[in-house]
Amino acid sequence: MSHAEQTMDFAEAMERFDPVLGFEVHVELNTATKIFSSAPNAFGDEPNTNVTPLDLGLPGTLPVLNREAVEYAIHLGVALDAQVAETCRFARKNYFYPDTPKNFQTSQYDEPIVFDGHLDVELEDGEVFRVEIERAHLEDDAGKLTHVGGSGRIQGASASLVDYNRAGVPLIEIVTKPIVGAGARAPELARAYVTAIRDIVKAIGISDARMEHGNVRCDANVSLMEKGADRFGTRTETKNVGSTRAVQQAVTHEIQRQAAVLAAGGTVTQETRHWHEDTRTTTSGRPKSDADDYRYFPEPDLVPVHVDAAWIERVRAELPELPAVRNRRLKGEWGFSDAEFRDVVNAGVADQIAETVEAGASAAAARKWWMGEIARLANVAEKEVAELGVTPAHVVEVEELIAAKTINDKIAKQVLGFVAEGEGSPKEIVEARSLAVVSDDGALTAAVDAAIADNPDVVAKIQGGKMAAVGALIGPVMKATRGQADAGRVREIVLERLGVG
Amino acid sequence: MTETFDVNATLGADELVRLTALQMAERLRAGTTTSVELVQAHLDRIAAHDGDVRADADGDRGVRAYLHVNTDEALAVAAEVDAIRAAGGPEADALHPLAGVPVAVKDNIVTRGQPTTAASRMLEGWLSPYDATVVARLREARLPILGKTNLDEFAMGGSTEHSAFGITRNPWDGDRVPGGSGGGSAAAVAAFLAPFALGSDTGGSVREPAAFTGTVGVKPTYGAVSRYGLIAMASSLDQIGPAARTVADAAALQQVIGGHDPLDSTSLADAPADLTAAARGRDLAGLRVGVVTDLPAEAFHPGIRAGFDEHVAALREAGAEIVEVSCPSFDAALGAYYLIMPSEASSNLARFDGVRYGHRVVPDGGGTIEQVMGATRAAGFGAEVKRRIILGTYALSAGYYDAYYGSAQKVRTLVQEDFARAFEQVDVILTPTAPTPAFELGAKTDDPMTMYVNDLATIPANLAGIPGMSVPGGVVDGLPYGLQLMAPAREDARLYEAGAALERLVAQRRGGPVWAGAPELEKGAQRATTATTAGGRA
Repeated sequence: MSHAEQTMDFAEAMERFDPVLGFEVHVELNTATKIFSSAPNAFGDEPNTNVTPLDLGLPGTLPVLNREAVEYAIHLGVALDAQVAETCRFARKNYFYPDTPKNFQTSQYDEPIVFDGHLDVELEDGEVFRVEIERAHLEDDAGKLTHVGGSGRIQGASASLVDYNRAGVPLIEIVTKPIVGAGARAPELARAYVTAIRDIVKAIGISDARMEHGNVRCDANVSLMEKGADRFGTRTETKNVGSTRAVQQAVTHEIQRQAAVLAAGGTVTQETRHWHEDTRTTTSGRPKSDADDYRYFPEPDLVPVHVDAAWIERVRAELPELPAVRNRRLKGEWGFSDAEFRDVVNAGVADQIAETVEAGASAAAARKWWMGEIARLANVAEKEVAELGVTPAHVVEVEELIAAKTINDKIAKQVLGFVAEGEGSPKEIVEARSLAVVSDDGALTAAVDAAIADNPDVVAKIQGGKMAAVGALIGPVMKATRGQADAGRVREIVLERLGVG
Repeated sequence: MTETFDVNATLGADELVRLTALQMAERLRAGTTTSVELVQAHLDRIAAHDGDVRADADGDRGVRAYLHVNTDEALAVAAEVDAIRAAGGPEADALHPLAGVPVAVKDNIVTRGQPTTAASRMLEGWLSPYDATVVARLREARLPILGKTNLDEFAMGGSTEHSAFGITRNPWDGDRVPGGSGGGSAAAVAAFLAPFALGSDTGGSVREPAAFTGTVGVKPTYGAVSRYGLIAMASSLDQIGPAARTVADAAALQQVIGGHDPLDSTSLADAPADLTAAARGRDLAGLRVGVVTDLPAEAFHPGIRAGFDEHVAALREAGAEIVEVSCPSFDAALGAYYLIMPSEASSNLARFDGVRYGHRVVPDGGGTIEQVMGATRAAGFGAEVKRRIILGTYALSAGYYDAYYGSAQKVRTLVQEDFARAFEQVDVILTPTAPTPAFELGAKTDDPMTMYVNDLATIPANLAGIPGMSVPGGVVDGLPYGLQLMAPAREDARLYEAGAALERLVAQRRGGPVWAGAPELEKGAQRATTATTAGGRA
């Protein structure tokens, strides 16, 4: 159904236009209960089990604001260097949709709890770009619709199921001011911004921040203006982009698409657009105009929220180290080069390395494993590193086994593979699979003797002075011991048995 | 009244139901009446005189106060109370003073185990899985719930004629309305079909029916009684309150249901005042009574105007200080109310869409969700509800918000300021409750504006969040009328004190309470008072 739209080459688009971005990032807060009811805030349970009469929009029910959600909003406000409103209110955003049990969303309109903040976003090459935060407000999430009997989309479905477990999960929506001046780096900045928000909300503990679970969702606004123009162009809003990579791709696509429209003399339609992961394109959603009328009015069932300075100061004092600050500290502690540290951050394994170092391994060793074999295993398995099942404790154990010469690097890699397959801890696997290095000289000597007997021509070469041929004897020995022999020791025994060296 | 009450007298069922709630309670405690006896006396009277709301209007002369009669449960609760009392001991001692006295509940307050319809097709057959806080408190105090009373659909109206299920008759004159929206509760109380009842008051829905039926109706301070479980019309105006025959009974009922509720964010945290003590009244000497100069005299029935003036003179004679107070913003209050109320209602009623519960209409051949929602709402809501939803949707729309909803909120602030100024000079304010006595069935249904004007004197209290009470003032043209007292917010005790004093004054001047003068009821069509009379099951 998505007819491919014309796009312009990105570099060409950048020669003619300046992109302007804006983001609305929805973050699900990981409070124990929902924002206005006592139902558990939990992901993945049986549909419609985490609900109270309020979450089903039953007649007569009334909301009661979750204090923890307010506290989390204050955390975010402090982390974004923003103002936290002394007094704020909730408002009703009225629209009919079956995932919204009251047919209005309880949100904040002209009095958000957080406003006027900023976030310094670091791009991959280290360039820092300041993004101004307009506001962040609290609201309730909607339920989840599942369309059945078709492709999974609403078109062609025979029925739709609704699960209200998510209805009422606390959300904080973070809205940027228009972001100008990013130029050709706009797509990168988009990704870096969403990544930074995700990392912050995770670091300060207010969200599980798992984009694959929808904990962090991004609406990306993109418009183009002719180089040198002083007025913004018409924007589109690509809704619900679900990964940092997709945000970058969606922004790239919208820039290319809008550039093609404008270059052909057309006008960009103000609308919401849908992101398609498979084709990496957006398609037109519904027209959105400023005439969208949600008939906001102050929520009469809730009283104004008061946050005093003492509360904000307590939160500020308790705020955990923010990711940017932490990164600067860790880079120094680990002694990584700029490039090494950036690679680690970009690979998303800084946390794992930090935990591994904390558990007793060296920073270099931690980096070697997380950036090397574990990253490779994750790549093969098409999983995030964090989902692979290998923990910092496992890595430390592997390092200990190597230090004790129980295994070598090559075996260690195999062990990590088995850990990822869920066979247990490295020590258990080495034990169960008898992977310990063979250091019994008697067994090795027997294997060496066998290799010598089997390879008289190689022996002749060695005795003739061609020491490089020793490898041809080591190979069969390693094979015979299934790789568990220490190659250095094997070489010593070969030379000893042949009386050379 | 209480002075001549003999707790040990032998009484028949007809006499039992005419006692006040507090007298019934006293007999229960003294052991001269059982709760089962009391509940049965009311059930029998309901069976004889209430008829059936759903019956054809011509064939049934019953009061039709009840949408649903809760026979089995009410008798079971009564039997429990009787058993506890008979067994004696700490559990009997711990019984609430009103335990065993039956009560009726307006059908826009949700009750587990019996239907709640808000008198709308939209909720026909729906059963609430939870109890309203006020209902939970009635159950905790062990007051048997006789049933659910009729109202204008979603409490929108002033005559109970907008009930989707049928009219309720005024016990004083079966061809007249009992007022609204809580006509069912008021009629039940006036007709001795319940000693007292719960109502809800958004613009006068407890007080106006009280005035029309010669009973007492109270709108407490906003936040004094939890709204959790009250099907919302306009959240910032709605307040649950008691309907009773005496001020003391109303106070006793508010004492049971009132007080802070963590489930209602707008509930006041104040420690509950002793309203029952307040309702013993006070000396009228020294009471400063405000009379509002800004209510348009021409809007009021001459008989009510004359009666009001006589009471003012009697108050002065009894030593009260009468002070004229100016409330210039009352003029704009009615208009502001009819913007704020429908605005909030349009949003509150959005949830009735056929998706999760209640009525659902699927257009022929299926349809999109929008079409199902549209068809459901078109079929499920009555005309008055639709009128208010449309009005409110319009008032909240972009481009109109400031002119309508915004301006109305400013008027609201002005009304609050008027009251604040007035209460610097007086303890309570006195007005007639409604401009006219009960009007004839059908007289105003074709002209919503004349119906709306009925709320003229009651609306300001809702806009300001202050408590108001209607006390019977007397009878004109054979019909009762009400006097309204208002007090500052959180001064419900003061209101009950003054209300009891005024009630006593009226009784002294008339030689007895107004409610005792209600004519004997016509026979209603026999109704089966079983547990399933209201619509189907969910």
